[in-house]
Formats: sequence, C-alpha cells, structure tokens
Amino acid sequence: MLEAILLTVITAATPLVIAALGELVTERAGVLNLGVEGMMIMGAVMAFGATQVTGSPYVGILAGIAAGAVFSLLFGILTLTLVANQVATGLALTILGLGLSGQIGESFVGQPGIKLQPLPIPFLSDIPLLGPLLFRQDLIFYLSVVLVVGIHWFLFRSRTGLKVRAIGDNHASAHALGINVIRARYFAVMFGGACAGLAGAQLSLVYTPQWVENMTAGRGWIALALVVFASWRPLRVLAGGYLFGAVTIGQLHAQALGIGIPSQFLSALPYVATIVVLIIISHNRRTTLINTPASLGKPFVPER
Amino acid sequence: MRIELQRRSEVSRLFSLVSPLLALVLTLFFGGIMFWTLGKNPFDALYSFFIEPLLEVWSLHELAIKAAPLILIGVGLSICYRSNNWNIGAEGQFTIGAITGSILPVLYPEWHSPMILPLMLVMGMIGGALYAGIPALLKTRFNTNEILTSLMLVYIAQLYLDWLVRGPWRDPQGYNFPQTKAFVPEAVLPEVLDSGRAHLAIVFAIVVAVAIWFMMRFMLKGFEVTVLGQSERAGRFAGFSARRMVWFSMLLSGALAGLAGISEVSGSIGHVQPSISPGYGFTAIIVAFLGRLNPLGIIASGFVLALTYLGGEAAQLSIGISDKVSRVFQGLLLFFVLSCDTLIHYRLRLVRHPAPGGAHA
Repeated sequence: MLEAILLTVITAATPLVIAALGELVTERAGVLNLGVEGMMIMGAVMAFGATQVTGSPYVGILAGIAAGAVFSLLFGILTLTLVANQVATGLALTILGLGLSGQIGESFVGQPGIKLQPLPIPFLSDIPLLGPLLFRQDLIFYLSVVLVVGIHWFLFRSRTGLKVRAIGDNHASAHALGINVIRARYFAVMFGGACAGLAGAQLSLVYTPQWVENMTAGRGWIALALVVFASWRPLRVLAGGYLFGAVTIGQLHAQALGIGIPSQFLSALPYVATIVVLIIISHNRRTTLINTPASLGKPFVPER
Repeated sequence: MRIELQRRSEVSRLFSLVSPLLALVLTLFFGGIMFWTLGKNPFDALYSFFIEPLLEVWSLHELAIKAAPLILIGVGLSICYRSNNWNIGAEGQFTIGAITGSILPVLYPEWHSPMILPLMLVMGMIGGALYAGIPALLKTRFNTNEILTSLMLVYIAQLYLDWLVRGPWRDPQGYNFPQTKAFVPEAVLPEVLDSGRAHLAIVFAIVVAVAIWFMMRFMLKGFEVTVLGQSERAGRFAGFSARRMVWFSMLLSGALAGLAGISEVSGSIGHVQPSISPGYGFTAIIVAFLGRLNPLGIIASGFVLALTYLGGEAAQLSIGISDKVSRVFQGLLLFFVLSCDTLIHYRLRLVRHPAPGGAHA
C-alpha cells in the first residue's frame, strides 16, 4: 500500500520537477518565460501523436522534447530578438499552446494510449521498497534525476554555468565581458522549452497515457511557482516537486476514501498549497531579492 | 545577414496605429494557411469565419453579447498592465462576481422587486473586487508574485462554483441537472433593442471604457497609473505610492471582471451553471494588448475577439472546422500584436555583415 502510494507520488512529481528545472535554467539566464503551461501541453500532444503513429513511446518522448523546444523558440524570437514584453509573450505562448494542442489533438480524444514501460535496473531493482520505487522506473524518471544533478553541477561547478548566472544577474556586465548574451539566452530558453516538452510527454505517456484537452491542468504554472519556492536552486526543486506530488496524490486518496469533504475542495488543495508556499517563501523581501536573478524579465538590447 | 534593432528617439505615431492592423493581417494570412493545410479553401473558410457572422442581425447581437465581457475585463486589465500589476486571474474574478451577484436571485427566488438587479450588479462588483483583493493583499503584504497567485485563484474559483451548483445551490426541481433555479424576470438584465438578445452589458462596457479613457487622459489618477508603470522610482518622487496603485488597479479590474460575470449570468444565461465562460478572462488579456492598453482601442479589439468566438461557431456549422480554431486564432493574434509592437519603439535594419563583438540571434 505504502509502496503504491509513494509510486504515484513520484509519478505525479516527475513532470513538475522536470518542467521547473527547465524554467530554472531559463530564469537563471535572466529570462522569465511564463509559457511553461503552453510548451508543456504542446509536448504532451505531440508526444502522444508521435507515439500513436510510430507505436514507440520513445519516439514520442523525442517528439515531445522537440515540440517544447520549437515552441519556446517562438518565445525566444519575440522576447530576445524583437524585445517584446516577456510577461505578455509568455501568456501568448500559453494561450496559443492550449488552442493549438486542442486543435491538433482533436482526433486523439478517446484513443487508448501506449504507456511508457519501466526499465528495471539489474540488481538495484531487487532492493526491497527502494528497488521498485527508484530503480524499476521509466526512462523519464531517470532523466529527471539526471537533470537535477546535471543542472546543479552545470550551474554551480562549470564555467559555462557561471556565465549563465552572470548573464542572469547583470546582462550589461556580461555583455561587456564579451559574453554573447542573446545567444546564451536563446539556448537557455530552448532548454527550458525542451524540459517543458519532456514534462508534457510524461503526462501523456506515463501519468495518464491518453490525450485529454487541457490535460496539464495548471501544472506548468505550478512548475513556475516551484522555481520561486526553490529559490532558483535545482536540488530544492526536487524537494518542492515531491512535496507538490504528495499533496496532489494525498487529495486524490482522500477523495477515494470519501472523508466527507467535497471533492472540489480537495481538488483545490494543490492550488491553495501553491499560494501558501509562495507566501512563506516570498514574505522576507531581503532573501527574495538576494536569490532572484537580478536581470530577470528585463529586456536586453546590445549597445554597439 | 541579420536583423538589427535601432531604438527610435520617440515613439512612432504611425506604427502605433498600423501595428494592430498589421497584426490582424498577419493573423488572417497565417489563419488562411492553416485552413489550407486542413484541406479547406482558405478564402471560403475566412469568409465564413470573419464575414458571415456580420451579415445577420441576430449574430450582430451575439457579437455584442460576447464583446461586452471582453471589453469590461480588458479595460480593467489595461489599468493593471499599464501600472505593472500582472493580474491574469480575471477569469476567477469573473466567476466569483457571477457567484456573489447571484446570491439574491438564487437564495431569495420569491423576491420580485426592481431593486434586485442593481443590488446584484453591485454585489457582483464587490465579489470580483474582493477576490482580486487577495493577490493585491499578498503582493503588498507578503511580496508574493501576483501572476501566480491570481492564476491559482482561477482554478479555486472554478472548483468553488462547481461545488456550489452541484451542491447547496442546485435546483431541487431541476431533474438533477447541476444548475440553479432560473432567475426571476426582475433579476434578468434587460435587452437593449427589440431586434435581438443583446442586453445592457454592452452599454456598461462602452460607458466604462469611455469613463476609464477619460480618467487616463484627463485625470491625475491616469497620470499616476502611467508614471508608476514606467518607473516606480519616478512615481515615488512625484509622491505616488506603488502599494496603493496595486490596490487600486487590482480592485478596479476585479470589480469590472465581477460586473462582467454577473452580467453574463443574469443577461445571457439566466441561471448559474458549472461553466459560465468560454475563457473570457483569458481572452481579455489579448483584447487589452490588441487595443494597445487604450480603453477606446479596447472597445474595437473587444469586438474583433468576439468575432473569433462567433466565427468559430459559424465555421463549425458551415464548413465543418472545429471551433477550437478560434483559440488558435486568438493565440496567433496576440503573438503578432506583440511582435508588431516592436515597430513602435524600434526601427528594423537589415545588416549584411555581423558587426564585430555584436550579439547575433
């Protein structure tokens, strides 16, 4: 029983962790992309479609990643090259993504999907409790763990990561040092898009292997909140993601048990939790200021 | 070869007017391509999407019905966005306004009085304003990001509405349908003309838009909105308070979204049900930007976006295209509006060889 519940928590947390990690890198480079929800749903619909056509969920994963990355490129062109307002453009990305995915996925509605199968790791998967939880998982879960560690290493231990953080904290100085701010930001935005696409693929291939319109149900926005919650640190994203996964699954189990609280109130819990967490994290103005990348959301036009 | 931006020394008046139109043309062009890839004749499709709804009296009434909430919400949002307060939860404020405005006709269905309608409208505005007050309070008191909180509150409002109409507010004689009793005639927003369904909401919308335009153009408060939005520091020197502006803009836009909500429920639907809006609160964001955050522009853009809703319905009937196309149109439109706005502030230049040390995209 405990094992089953923990497994569902992990499955619910994985897309949040992945999407939040991608957005974390984007924001570390000083770009606020509010289009996570849109990129995620595009990843979900393309992953589902590609899987249906080819029969292989692995092709689906690639399609999801590609969809997220290409879609984020639109955001990049608008905000980085054309210096459009980042908040408004992110909203546009979400609105367009929700509409386009509904249009693309119309014929997928009701089709049974193909679930991404677990890849047990030899020996490790035989450990009691931990084995089934951590080592008998699907590829996307393993990727999420690799991403957490990899991004932490990249940002805080590598030279390029240092440059990314420099760009996010002061793009004018970074530019003066000869760093190509715009190009780096394009990469950061597309990395965020690819991660959001992968997170979407997880939803339509693992979490609920089918296509439902608007199936992201605000997870892209929760991922954005997670980045703030994690104060832009990858390891904390992992913790926050699992906390939210636990809330989501906890309320589902409470609904199944029928404890006398209306189901709508329980369904609202993850959203209430997001607000509460944001309050706790943001109320100290000084720590927020220290943690937030200083150039976040500010446009940059190179002087020459 | 690449494109380089050169900042204009002052805002281009020409492009302020041209850019929304250019965005419309580009949207139509790409929309045509989309219809073509769907295997439809693009000209027929665009005709039935954007022209046909304008040819019949009844559908002009529908256009006004759909434009009214978009304009009301869009005008409120324009004040928020101009002052740098990113309220994107208008859909939630719309929902709560519809709920609080409906308290009287749902709980006192026997009450027949001409007083009921004005009370409903006021209560709807109060409800919407209070709900928008939550992100305002959190922003001013706890420094919380209003984008995320206002959006989370949308989901919460929709779930609350769902619970209400399936639970305590459900009509016991309603054959188990999740909806309330129909409003008494006194609680229904009257129609404007004899020729069709369009009700008072469109009048509210235009009056509000003109009033807010007047405020922005001729009153100190409007100046305060603009200054604080452009530079909080400059605003402080002028003695304006950014904190009070958070409250002002959020409460105002919340009240207008609430007014839109109760007007929609009272005028168009006649009872409360789980789904009361085809995403007006989100579409109004596009309306606000397409109208260049100017209340008079928003009247025009409200009708344009209302047309995308109607066109979607018409195209579904006449050429068998899913009405989801309207969402795609709306998204495309916002994209092109934002990219064309660049032309207002920057000159585009084609550069043949990359300048040394310059950033290229």
